Amino acid sequence: MREELITSGRMNLNIDPVLHIWHWQIPVYLFLGGLAAGLLFFAAYYTIIGKEKKFTTAVKFAPVLAPVAIILGLIALLLDLKHPAYFWQLYTTVHLESPMSWGAWVLMFIMPISMLWVASYFKEIFPKFDINQNIVGKMLKKVIVKNDNKEGANWDWKFEIIRKFEINFIKNRKPVAWVMLILAVILGVYTGILLSAFNARPLWNSSILGPLFLTSGLSTAAATIMWMSDNHEEKRTFSKIDLMLIVIELFLITHLFMGFLAGSEAKVQAAQYFLGGEFTVTFWINVVIIGLIVPAILETLELLKFKLPVMVPAAMILWGGMIFRFIMVEAGQVTRFLY
Amino acid sequence: MKTNRREFIKISSMGMGALALATTPVLGWVPGFLKDDYTNPDDSKAKRYANYCEVCFWNCAGWVYTDEKDKIWKIIGNEDDPHSNGRFCPRGTGGVGMYNDNDRLKTPLKRVTDESGKQTFVKISWEEAFDTIAEKMTEIKDNYGSESFALFKHGSSGKHFAQLLKAYGSKNIAAPAYAQCKGPREEAFKVTFGHPLHSPEPLDIRDTKCLVLIGSHLGENMHNGQVQEMSEAIGKGVNIITVDPRFSTVASKSKFWLPIKPATDLALLLAWIHVIINEEIYDQKYVEKYTFGLESLKKHVENYTPEWAAGITTLSAQDIRDTAKEMANASPAVIVHPGRHVTWYGDDTQRLRAVAILNALLGSWGRRGGFFMPEKAKLPKYPEPKAPKPKWSWRDISPGKYPLAGTGVTNLLIDASHPDYEGDHKIKAWFIAGTNLIASIPDIKRTLDALNNQEFVVVVDTMPAEITGYADIVLPECTYLERYDSPRLAQHREPNIALRVPAAEPRFDSKPGWWICKEIATRIGKGDFFDYKDFSEVIDWQLKQVGTSLEEMKKIGVKKLNRKYDDLYFLEDEEIEFHTNTGKIELYSTTMEANGFDPMPKYTAHQESSEGFYRLIYGRTPAHTFSRTTNNPNLTALKAENDLWVNPKVASEWGFKNGQKLWLQNHQGKVSEFPIKIRITERIRWDSVFTAHGFGRTDKRLTRGYGRGISDSEMVSDVKIDKETGSTGMRNNFVTFLTEKPNTAKKES
Amino acid sequence: MRYGMAIDTRKCVGCADCVVACQTENNIPIGYTRDWIAELNEGTYPNLHLEIRSERCNHCENTPCVRTCPTGASHIILGGIVKVTHEECIGCGACIQSCPYDARYMHPDGYVDKCTFCDHRVANGQEPACVSVCPTHCMYFGDLDDPNSEVSKVVAANKIKTLAPEAGTKPQIFYLV
Repeated sequence: MREELITSGRMNLNIDPVLHIWHWQIPVYLFLGGLAAGLLFFAAYYTIIGKEKKFTTAVKFAPVLAPVAIILGLIALLLDLKHPAYFWQLYTTVHLESPMSWGAWVLMFIMPISMLWVASYFKEIFPKFDINQNIVGKMLKKVIVKNDNKEGANWDWKFEIIRKFEINFIKNRKPVAWVMLILAVILGVYTGILLSAFNARPLWNSSILGPLFLTSGLSTAAATIMWMSDNHEEKRTFSKIDLMLIVIELFLITHLFMGFLAGSEAKVQAAQYFLGGEFTVTFWINVVIIGLIVPAILETLELLKFKLPVMVPAAMILWGGMIFRFIMVEAGQVTRFLY
Repeated sequence: MKTNRREFIKISSMGMGALALATTPVLGWVPGFLKDDYTNPDDSKAKRYANYCEVCFWNCAGWVYTDEKDKIWKIIGNEDDPHSNGRFCPRGTGGVGMYNDNDRLKTPLKRVTDESGKQTFVKISWEEAFDTIAEKMTEIKDNYGSESFALFKHGSSGKHFAQLLKAYGSKNIAAPAYAQCKGPREEAFKVTFGHPLHSPEPLDIRDTKCLVLIGSHLGENMHNGQVQEMSEAIGKGVNIITVDPRFSTVASKSKFWLPIKPATDLALLLAWIHVIINEEIYDQKYVEKYTFGLESLKKHVENYTPEWAAGITTLSAQDIRDTAKEMANASPAVIVHPGRHVTWYGDDTQRLRAVAILNALLGSWGRRGGFFMPEKAKLPKYPEPKAPKPKWSWRDISPGKYPLAGTGVTNLLIDASHPDYEGDHKIKAWFIAGTNLIASIPDIKRTLDALNNQEFVVVVDTMPAEITGYADIVLPECTYLERYDSPRLAQHREPNIALRVPAAEPRFDSKPGWWICKEIATRIGKGDFFDYKDFSEVIDWQLKQVGTSLEEMKKIGVKKLNRKYDDLYFLEDEEIEFHTNTGKIELYSTTMEANGFDPMPKYTAHQESSEGFYRLIYGRTPAHTFSRTTNNPNLTALKAENDLWVNPKVASEWGFKNGQKLWLQNHQGKVSEFPIKIRITERIRWDSVFTAHGFGRTDKRLTRGYGRGISDSEMVSDVKIDKETGSTGMRNNFVTFLTEKPNTAKKES
Repeated sequence: MRYGMAIDTRKCVGCADCVVACQTENNIPIGYTRDWIAELNEGTYPNLHLEIRSERCNHCENTPCVRTCPTGASHIILGGIVKVTHEECIGCGACIQSCPYDARYMHPDGYVDKCTFCDHRVANGQEPACVSVCPTHCMYFGDLDDPNSEVSKVVAANKIKTLAPEAGTKPQIFYLV
């Protein structure tokens, strides 16, 4: 019988008896970050390949959610901090080795870009707007004015400088899209690397986690676009993309566990939490079956021209993506090196 | 990697200002109001006060440091102190918790009964408390004689209360430290070597080559000096033989672990004696010169062969022989450890006699690596009037009983206090100072019956405890960190004096023991026994008689004196007159014989467990001493409750899970008040269970101790009395497990 | 200069004096600890083995905690002591996740706290509090880069092990076994 125990009564809060320093905030932050990364990725991608007219949801409408997701994600992150009054310390230094620092800086850059991106499409999203009518209009009166041009939107920015900036931005959408694409990939990978950088947690310490989180983020974004889109062709395209991403994700998950089982005792034990241990049922039912396999089947059926409400697979993918992050964060903290 | 400004200054002050590791942050500023960093006080600038520890009887001397706000900060050992060598144990270091504990007794309390008959404590002034006590003491004296007032005491301030009782006219003073602890050991060594061991035991562990521990779990009991010397000996390659039904900490450091069947130790000891005599591997020159009765002993142990003992102890005969030889090889640098809490089975004096005999045969008494000859410093007595002579004392309670008892026997006082006592020497009132009798004396029911038969009970303590709940008057004493007491004068290799001075003002309305006693004495007309304003005057006077002073002692804390008497060890061929009837080490005890006891120890079988019952073995955990430490904030942080060690085989038989909570019921039907978590471990025999002493507090005022684990004392209702000393054997209790508390279990009031 | 510690598990009795001494010295709030005692029991009755270890931050040579800290609050000072500047710490918990030894904890005041090797004492030429009080003298502290220091000698002369070596952190606390 092997018996290992701390006999001096160590009971550090959230460290003992099992590590539990991160609660709901971090998985929510990772989920929203991944979702935003995916949305911005697709917007940039279809702009770069010149299909922004065809994939309007992906390029124009869905990205509206990205800054919202990022802000909510940052709020979640702030809530996780135990010393939030010092959050500005994040921006006093650049620590390339610290994924947390990376994330803070990437978000710092991607947030304004995503906002500007969305803002540059405001006139197309809301072409007709009576600034005299409702409360929002009255509030916006400070920044926008009526525009009597026959073409385009019936309003314009109040300040000349903004108008000029907007014209320039729209002219340079492609280069901006390149920047956004790169930042989106970094953000998507980052959500996985944040965890995999923790060598001390055997479950997280796998190079597959970065691509897996990126794929999952893209998948949740594709599902969102698919759900929002009312263009049949766009829907089909994103259905196909999603299907492909799900296959990749399943492949990566299989590899993740194969890697663990071939690894050290600590990693084998980490994998055991999902192969018979306490996270088995939650993981395989919520993440794999509800989040991946069932939506894959539904999307295949749809591609085969069966009529199905698109929101069902989309919601399932989003659910699966969210639970996946909750489980990874929770289970990762339970796993540890044995000594 | 970087270094911030504050640390950099520190490092350069070390004289090695290196900058190698710096990458400066972009913005290095911090708004001042957000700074909340703790800065450690500096040792060299902090004030420190001499003290000796009161968390256990080892009384290590040390320094109490206060921070810049004059608040007690930490306690560190005094390097000149032979008890601690500058290093305290966790309890001593955690002594600050006794001071900081907010559950402390805060004001004097008096028991009152309201109209509905409900009893409560009300806060009273010291004046009222003293007047009540003085009035009662006078009343008891007038009605029954002052002898009817008994004192139960423990610890340093007990001396003041003993002085009070002496002035009043009673010698009925007892401490659980005797009959519930080391009594049999003291008398067994006294009749054998003419000298009891006292405390700290004069064991030359640092130089021993073979240390034999029988039921002593050194390292779990933090008898500081001994643990330190054992560690030193381990470094030098000592061979340890541990006899314990449990794989104790020290068993894991031993060359031999003999997992003996509990209650059969005497069989093993006798077999060892048999082997050592029959194979003639004893110290022949020493035995011939100094001992009496070898031939009788040889004949006596003839049949106590290892094979015979193997059948009883469940050990192998080979192991018994091997360990006997191991000891003989190390002789005379061998110690068969006498233990400390030895009141186990009711034949404890005889068992300890066997230990003493074994040491005598190995020639370890008075030899390097065995037992050294200790010396104790003496301070002259502060002048006082002649005390009244009591007409009777505890010895007269049951004449002829426990003839060997050298110190007051607690249970004799309880006998004389009990309603069933028919003798002429009834006890009518108790003074209890610093000892929680409920947890320290077995058979709680009998203690309570005796207590309820008292006309008046005063309890003095620093903490609420089970016993305070039964008092008529409760007096809050301040802790050892807040008061003067007599200097410690314990024996050691060098005689030494250790000082205690207060490091802080008493918290709440607590007061020093000496002041309490002086005030009471004044009110009963015995103020001349406490002829001083402040106890520091007494200390200063005494210290000045031996060439030092309070002032000097405050600076050094501990003063070592030169030895006046013989050497630490016997000299080669030295002629020695032992303080026994024969003037020799008595293998065959004439004193025992004269008192009608076996002159040499005989093996008698003890009660065994029945189906489904397990022998309850209790012991210590390094973080706690008695029940007095189980509410200490620092120490409960280390161990808040006790657990019950259960062998995996037993657990699987019962279908128990690790950590499961169980109630215990002993073989006399006594059910534990609280449940205890079980720890399933290979480290215990399947016929026994083990738990740590002092937990399972029932006083709700103890916010950290209440209801945590169980009290082993509660499970000890079957007591076997040692005929020689009256000590209470407590390891004859067997427990079974209950998964829920039976409703029928009646609470004993 | 590389501070390190050697702890003799053969002498340690697990009394936890190191834990209490650390608490009082560094004013650690009750309920939290920077160091602790771990016990490993192996075998089947009566063939048993027990190892008792006093554990704390290993002040690793390869420090995942310093790497993952986004603000630089976790840093290394002279002698390789890993420290946290409290007023730079945002309490994100990244360093706690990155420690294979669970040696860091969130102080109730919001910052991450851990063993400092008592650098304030070391700066004055004293040993860390835990080492200075140990009644069994089972702990050795000093400069591992100096082959003549007591700790270097003890490490060189005995069979040693470090905790979770596969984590690759290169601990600077060595256990004599």
